[in-house]
Amino acid sequence: MSIRNWPIKRKLTAILLLISGLVLLLTSAAFVTYVVVTNRETIRIHLATRSRILAATSTAALAFANEADATEILAALQYDPHMVAGALYNQDGRVLATYPAGAGADLIPAAPQPDGYRFERGRLVGFTPVAQGGSQRLGTLYIASDTKAVADALRLSAVIALVVLAIAMLAAYALAAALQGRISEPILALAETATAASTRQDYSVRAPKFGDDELGMLTDAFNQMLGRIEEQKQELQQHALRLEQRVAERTGELEKRAAELQAANSELDAFAYSVSHDLRAPLRSIDGFSQVLLEDYATRLDDAGRDSLQRVRAASQRMATLIDDLLKLARVTRAEMRTERVDLSTMAREIVADIQRAAPERAVDFVIAPGIEAQGDARLLRVVLDNLLRNGWKYTGKQAQPRVEFTAKQENGGRVFVIKDNGAGFDMRYADKLFGVFQRLHSAAEFEGTGVGLATVRRIINRHGGRIWAESAINKGASFYFTL
Amino acid sequence: MNPGKILLVEDNPDDVTLTMRALKSHNITNDVVVAQDGVEAIDYLFGAKAKADLPAVVLLDLKLPKINGMEVLQRIRSEERTRLLPVVILTSSDEERDIIDGYSLGANSYVRKPVDFVEFTKAAQQLGLYWLLMNRAPPPPRST
Repeated sequence: MSIRNWPIKRKLTAILLLISGLVLLLTSAAFVTYVVVTNRETIRIHLATRSRILAATSTAALAFANEADATEILAALQYDPHMVAGALYNQDGRVLATYPAGAGADLIPAAPQPDGYRFERGRLVGFTPVAQGGSQRLGTLYIASDTKAVADALRLSAVIALVVLAIAMLAAYALAAALQGRISEPILALAETATAASTRQDYSVRAPKFGDDELGMLTDAFNQMLGRIEEQKQELQQHALRLEQRVAERTGELEKRAAELQAANSELDAFAYSVSHDLRAPLRSIDGFSQVLLEDYATRLDDAGRDSLQRVRAASQRMATLIDDLLKLARVTRAEMRTERVDLSTMAREIVADIQRAAPERAVDFVIAPGIEAQGDARLLRVVLDNLLRNGWKYTGKQAQPRVEFTAKQENGGRVFVIKDNGAGFDMRYADKLFGVFQRLHSAAEFEGTGVGLATVRRIINRHGGRIWAESAINKGASFYFTL
Repeated sequence: MNPGKILLVEDNPDDVTLTMRALKSHNITNDVVVAQDGVEAIDYLFGAKAKADLPAVVLLDLKLPKINGMEVLQRIRSEERTRLLPVVILTSSDEERDIIDGYSLGANSYVRKPVDFVEFTKAAQQLGLYWLLMNRAPPPPRST
């Protein structure tokens, strides 16, 4: 685990231990260094003193080159176990005597070196002048001592330092463990509270406060924040509750409204059904018995009488057509929409074939652009195309070269479908009446019709979310545009 | 061969008169039995005084008092004796719902009464000719 992710307790303890450990280490190093330096100096002084004493006692032996005396003098070194070697050189630098007696070249340098006391290869060596009367140099005394004392002191001081270090670290760890709580506890309490608040969404918890330091301030601020969140949460809950109530109320209202609409719709259904059945029956009687009169009493009626009966019959048939058209209009409003991809070109060709089959005597030039497609209810769109194409066919009835076109174009990012004829057209001043129920811009004598077709068309277009409009001038043909 | 009777189920006396006239004017001389509502029709077909031989065809209006045409049709199709009896729905309605319901319940034909009496006469004549003369009726049910 990266140090960054350590728990704060461990971090604090680690920091405290690191600092105290570093301090102790430096102190121990200083202590050990001091001991070593002091000890070296001590043994150096010791060697110097001993050398000078020995040098003083060696003057006679050197002066007379008395090897036996010199050896004896040197032998005194045996009383100091640290002394490892010794030698006396005469004035010419040759060895007169050695300690231990007969020591080899490995212990004794072949010639005296400059006077002084120094550490060499783990030993302390000293070259001391032997002089008589303070001026005449007779030779040189060489003594070598081991540095065991220094090593011992180093070892001892190191052990002491280590023991102290260990005890101190233990104490520091104990203290750190005890004291880090002062800092970590409030932070841990904060963290715990924050976790509780965020995981359980419980904003009623509060972090305990341990003092008035910065952590205390942080705790206070955190607790205040929790308090505010709690308040806001409650407010939100109340809002939500109110909203739910309102939604429930609205839903209830809507359901009621839907039920009312449903009722109205089924009433309309019943009405339409009733119209289809009950209004037609009397018409059948009117027409039928008029015909009976015409057939059975033809001889007793004059021309005016027969004409009147014919008018009665025509009117009842016309009313039947009106009823049928109205029913169609009602059906368009009620019918369920099923949206799919519709091939309008093919549909238009089928309708045109129907029209031409029913009235082969009229040669109308239908031009239908290929590949016109739309998204919508196929049955309803068929009613639209049927009405518009039949209108084109009907109002070109007095044209020498009648022509009806069905095309589509792109306009303002949308698709606009166009059915254009070169027929009678209409006066644009009355264009707003074109799509109203029972509104006609031509008399029945001119062009027959009930004035329901375009109303039906507009209703279908509206149900598709589209728009329909027309452009025309009298005797200049008419163009009907619609979008879906 | 006796081509059989026509059972006309029709509550409107005008329609009855006009239908009879239309049939007669085309020399369809068969007996036309009129039932003025669904109850009468069912009574004629299934009642105590029911004749052993069934009509050649039933011309059935839908909107009838008491028991409507659909219910009559349902009853006809549910009885073993009349299961195959030809039934022509003759009505003012051209509601898609009625047409689908009619065929679903087993109507043999569905004809909408035209308002124009000339057309109506033509329709009645064609119906008479077709169902009485051209159509071959199902064999009479075995009497038990």
